[in-house]
Amino acid sequence: MKVADADFALDRREQTVTSAVRDYWARVRGGELGALPSIFSLASLVILFTALRPETFLSERNIANLFVQAMSVTILALGLVFVLLLGEIDLSAGVTSGVCAAVMAKLMTEAGQPWYVTVPAALLTGLVIGTCIGLLVAVVRIPSFVVTLALFLGLQGVTLRLIGEGGTVPVRDEVIVALANDNMPIWLGWTLAVLCTAWFAASQLLRWRRQRRRGLARRPLGLVLAQIAVVGAALLGLTFLMGLDRAPSPAIVLNGVPWGVPLVGVLVITATFVLNRTVYGRHVYAVGGNAEAARRAGIHVTAIRMSVFMIASTLAAVAGMVDASRLNSVTPDAGAGNVLLYAVGAAVIGGTSLFGGKGRARDAVLGGLVVTVIINGLGLLGSPAYMQMLITGGVLLLAASIDALARRRQAATGR
Amino acid sequence: MADVADEKTPVLRLAGVNKSFGAVKVLHDVDFAVYRGKVTALVGDNGAGKSTLIKCIAGIHPIDSGQFYFEGRPVSISTPRDAAALGIEVVYQDLALADNLDIVQNMFLGRERRRGLVLDEASMEESARQTLSKLSVRTVKSVRQLVSSLSGGQRQTVAIAKAVLWESKVVILDEPTAALGVAQTRQVLELVRRLADTGHAVVLISHNMNDVFEVADRITALYLGRVAADVAREEVTSTQVVELITAGRSGDLGLASTAESM
Repeated sequence: MKVADADFALDRREQTVTSAVRDYWARVRGGELGALPSIFSLASLVILFTALRPETFLSERNIANLFVQAMSVTILALGLVFVLLLGEIDLSAGVTSGVCAAVMAKLMTEAGQPWYVTVPAALLTGLVIGTCIGLLVAVVRIPSFVVTLALFLGLQGVTLRLIGEGGTVPVRDEVIVALANDNMPIWLGWTLAVLCTAWFAASQLLRWRRQRRRGLARRPLGLVLAQIAVVGAALLGLTFLMGLDRAPSPAIVLNGVPWGVPLVGVLVITATFVLNRTVYGRHVYAVGGNAEAARRAGIHVTAIRMSVFMIASTLAAVAGMVDASRLNSVTPDAGAGNVLLYAVGAAVIGGTSLFGGKGRARDAVLGGLVVTVIINGLGLLGSPAYMQMLITGGVLLLAASIDALARRRQAATGR
Repeated sequence: MADVADEKTPVLRLAGVNKSFGAVKVLHDVDFAVYRGKVTALVGDNGAGKSTLIKCIAGIHPIDSGQFYFEGRPVSISTPRDAAALGIEVVYQDLALADNLDIVQNMFLGRERRRGLVLDEASMEESARQTLSKLSVRTVKSVRQLVSSLSGGQRQTVAIAKAVLWESKVVILDEPTAALGVAQTRQVLELVRRLADTGHAVVLISHNMNDVFEVADRITALYLGRVAADVAREEVTSTQVVELITAGRSGDLGLASTAESM
């Protein structure tokens, strides 16, 4: 089919990097900020803390620490991205992670079950909690805010009952403990990093070539290459940094990528695939953007609404187990307090909108890193707990304000 | 009476359709026909039953009595799925597009093509562009633009193109120009004309006599749930149609002048 030249000028013109950058800038000014705020705040926070604590903040040891600390908040935020995409909220995600971790730990210590029994049990617990929230929100139509606020309280009671007041359940299973405490062999880390980079480059380039051959809308090649370079540099650079010896004493060697990092990687890649490449993901965005349009298009809105809570709670279970691994134990207040605030903050700082319809899986990673850098940096500065709370709360408010203002800007410029 | 004498069979014909909501009778023995390649304007005051009539055709409201004929065959339409299966598509006034998705994604919403597990973006983008260029839509810069960045007229265009994508035979447009400016109204009316020229049977619901007289081939006027007149455009003037809408009759035309009220 021959398409007249006047039509779809943008699709047909070979875009240059300059024109693409100009388009991008126009979008940013129109309120479509993308990853910009999170990358900007990450960079400035790293500079700030490096300036304040030049010895400790960028030490090999602290960098590895940062990634281990960021794992659970990232996984929790990843689940919340699905919920936020529908414009809903799950305030109970944090305590759900606590309950699931408690279930896992109790099964290990009291029933002596191995990890391949306790992990599925914890995941199932998360799935059941998510199904309950989903039923109450999507079928009974109670606002998710109320349902999950009730569970936020109720589930803390469950954890307390499971573990007992003042008690602590130790986690000693080797596989679980290894998640946050052991590192991959150096060769495996490099192999994974190189494979991931190669796979990313190949998939992006093949896609670009296919789009070009069929005359579809595509990004300029220069931009694709730049993105591959950035992703590759990040992956390989981090593998290098983690490969450096970070043992506190020269007598031993401690290096390698923590086992939890590839776990987070797999989860984020899977979520990205589901959201961008599958019918289900498309429908999640559609319901978040305009539920009525989705309903008229024959999309099962109730099922989609239920499913996001199931995903969020199941991922919360994973986050809870990663945290249990990091702390080597589960306490009655696991997942309570500011855990959820951090995760919501991570998703929103990453660029996921609280109003629904806008967000990506990678937001959880970028936002999770920002939140962790704040917590970690303030810890190194030795600031009191009240300061950490004040600052983290402030950052979340700031991120939400940027989200709201960007949205107004988008409405004003018709984007 | 100048009437349903067209050489071709109507694509869709309604005969003696009645519909009540509780005690309120909204449609009385409505006869209505739409033809391939023709724009049929459905006019009537607020509460005349236009919306109810199209919702019956779309399968949203089941009818109480009467019969649908599709290409001459008697059919029953009791769910939106039935209507879609016959090739009847409705473009509602509030567009039903998702702002956060692009044009291609909106056009294929709910009927995405896929290869295995993965969305087949390439083929969807090609089909969307073909459909838009078949309708000679020239104002869209990229089919990968977000719908939120489109003007009202462009959105209406996308909504109409979405309806056409499915090899639909009957396209029903509910007040497509209601919220548009002059230039955009022109674009949409040209599109409506092209829809008919590409072989669709088009039903245009409108309050605007200029629009009706510009693109319609036939005009069906509803008055309080009854068909006041079903005429070719050349046979009536704008004033007559306004009288039909407001009073149900105009000179020889209309309800009171026929022997019985149909």
